Amino acid sequence: MATEVGPTPVKAPASGGTPIHHGPKGVGEDNKILSQGKWAAWLLAPTIIALAIVIVYPIISAIVMSFQKDAGLDPATGLFTAGGPAGVQNYVNWIAQQCATPGGGTVACPPGTLGAQFWSATTTTFIFTIITVTLETVLGFWMAMIMARNFKGRSLVRAAVLVPWAIPTAVTAQLWLFIFDFQGIANKLFNASILWTGSEWPAKWAVIIADTWKTTPFMALLILAGLQMIPAEVYEAAKVDGASAWQRFRMITLPLVKPALMVAILFRTLDALRMFDLPYILTGGANNTTTLSILVINQIRQGFNAAAALSTITFIIIFIVAFIFVRFLGANVVEQSGATGKGKK
Amino acid sequence: MKSPKFLLPVATAGVLALTLSACGGGGGGGTTTGGGDAEAGLDGRGPITYVQGKDNSNVVRPLVAKWNAAHPNEKVTFKEQTDQADQQHDDLVQHFQAKDANYDVMSVDLVWTAEFAAKGWLQPLKDKMAVDTAAMLPSTVAGASYKDTLYAAPQNSDGGILYYRKDLVPTPPKTWDEMMQMCSIAKQNNIGCYSGQFKQYEGLTVNASEAINSAGGSVLDKDGKPSLNTAEAKEGLGNLVDAFKDGSIPKEAITYQEEESRRAFQSGNLLFHRNWPYVYNLAVTEGSSKVKDKLGMAALPGKDGPGASSLGGHNVGVSVYSKNKATALDFLKFITSEETQRFYATQGSLAPVLTNLYDDAALVKKLPYLPVLKTSIENAVPRPVTPFYPAVTQAIQENSYAALKGDKSVDQALSDMQKSIETAGAGS
Repeated sequence: MATEVGPTPVKAPASGGTPIHHGPKGVGEDNKILSQGKWAAWLLAPTIIALAIVIVYPIISAIVMSFQKDAGLDPATGLFTAGGPAGVQNYVNWIAQQCATPGGGTVACPPGTLGAQFWSATTTTFIFTIITVTLETVLGFWMAMIMARNFKGRSLVRAAVLVPWAIPTAVTAQLWLFIFDFQGIANKLFNASILWTGSEWPAKWAVIIADTWKTTPFMALLILAGLQMIPAEVYEAAKVDGASAWQRFRMITLPLVKPALMVAILFRTLDALRMFDLPYILTGGANNTTTLSILVINQIRQGFNAAAALSTITFIIIFIVAFIFVRFLGANVVEQSGATGKGKK
Repeated sequence: MKSPKFLLPVATAGVLALTLSACGGGGGGGTTTGGGDAEAGLDGRGPITYVQGKDNSNVVRPLVAKWNAAHPNEKVTFKEQTDQADQQHDDLVQHFQAKDANYDVMSVDLVWTAEFAAKGWLQPLKDKMAVDTAAMLPSTVAGASYKDTLYAAPQNSDGGILYYRKDLVPTPPKTWDEMMQMCSIAKQNNIGCYSGQFKQYEGLTVNASEAINSAGGSVLDKDGKPSLNTAEAKEGLGNLVDAFKDGSIPKEAITYQEEESRRAFQSGNLLFHRNWPYVYNLAVTEGSSKVKDKLGMAALPGKDGPGASSLGGHNVGVSVYSKNKATALDFLKFITSEETQRFYATQGSLAPVLTNLYDDAALVKKLPYLPVLKTSIENAVPRPVTPFYPAVTQAIQENSYAALKGDKSVDQALSDMQKSIETAGAGS
């Protein structure tokens, strides 16, 4: 992380456009660019130092902590004593779902401990992520298509769509908690008596519905931005060539909006993998809705060091997902933008 | 079109970094050697700070003003925390870890007291720092003690009350079995019979331990070891499970926290209802309440007599890092004085810890639930007193929830609870 966060902003102006365009103009210009680069480094230094303090230091500190044992109780005095170095034991305990025993060994964590929830929390997190991101992409795309059209009251619609996104997540969760109450409107509306927060799949769907309601606007806005970058002439040309609406969508809209769409999906995926507030307030993590973030927060109250290990594991999981996105789908983004660039010229 | 290419690594790095840094703020674990700090500053006098959660009913400020007027050289500054218990806990932990001498006296939730004591953060209230607890309700003193040493002074108390419909039930049930028999009345009137709080959260720990304690069992034994493989514990949890099975507790109660269950009772849908004293005021004053003049109150039903309520409430502790402990002790005594306790009750509806105030005619007139609450608190058992409270409550919640839903047998739930608590005590 440290190396990535550090140099990228410094490099940014160099690869960002201007210097490259001015590049071939002469030696004097080169010197100017060099000193400009130096200046840039100096001007960016405060930001980088601030980032190092607020991001890099806590990360390193968390990783160091994750290799320490949590404090144990001295049976004679009843006071806590320092745990000492743990090696990779904290990590092994989480992944193998092992808990310490009074005798000093480890056993498989019994149900009712946080240690027994690691794999179910991982599964739950991915289930939530896959379903919500899929729903949000489809609905967001549809909303973006509507907002991109010219019609009377368009700005009103755009503002209205943003409302769910503007409400703080905790408030959203509380609202949906009322809706999913046994006597709440969800049951009244469908004349049902579902215990929304009281059994496994209804609880999962409650979280998914609330999350989709809240974050689809974010998706829609990012996709809308992508849609508006598509020049109208392309569509006109396609129309002249006799392309049907479906052909225009598949052959023009989809490929051209893909870079923006990928960024939107990446953002949402990383965000969904960290999901905390909604399930925490709606179900308290009951009925198999405990996500990795909820598990980390619960563990913090029971022992910092094991929590640090778990948050590092979570970090690695999210990193792998992000890596896959940037490597495979991100490479696509670069190719696409190059190709369309040439095509337009 | 260039921007996505450049944005991706930066944005990815940023989002990922936030994930981790959000979890890194804990600091270096909680280990202390105690010892030396507890001996220092015992005679120190001077200005101190009092730390407490949000002062919703405006009791702390007038108290502090009164104290400051009388003690110009030992002024108290009030530091107000948020109204979220978890945040108050974490704030205290951070200041203790930093050995902050500016957090002198603090309000400590009952269930945190053992944890803070075991970490060596609270000044033991003995010898020079002793507080007289003779006039206080014994269960509140037990809730402020760890390993037979008092670590904080009880400040206010709280216990469960059985609310019932006196228009339908002439005399309230004394035992659980009596109450279950009265459920036929509920059936005739087409309403639910009984509900407490059974969602998987802290309230379920309260209700499940009440059931276990009322049947004569206990979650932890005297040495803090789990003792759940007993016939009494089985009967206690079994009572709740059976009531869910036969519909005496309506099935939607599995989603109830305090407010949901209160609404169900207030709208006339329940015959019996277990909740905290705060319900009384709302049930008799709120416009939407259908039980205004039908509200009866009794002690929780037990096996042969009153049940064992879970105890709530707050204690006041002194930090071992305080430099002015003599002043802090005086302030502690001021808070637990009869005058202050009376003020807490009248101004803030906070249940006092002094036994005699529960029979005080003027107070009873204002807070009619006091006599019932006295029985409740006298029979109350503090929630498991253990430095591993978060792990213990997790074990109780998760396993009793599974039992109530019928996913697990009572035996299995109790044995899982037992094993979970054993591993919690073993460290991590």
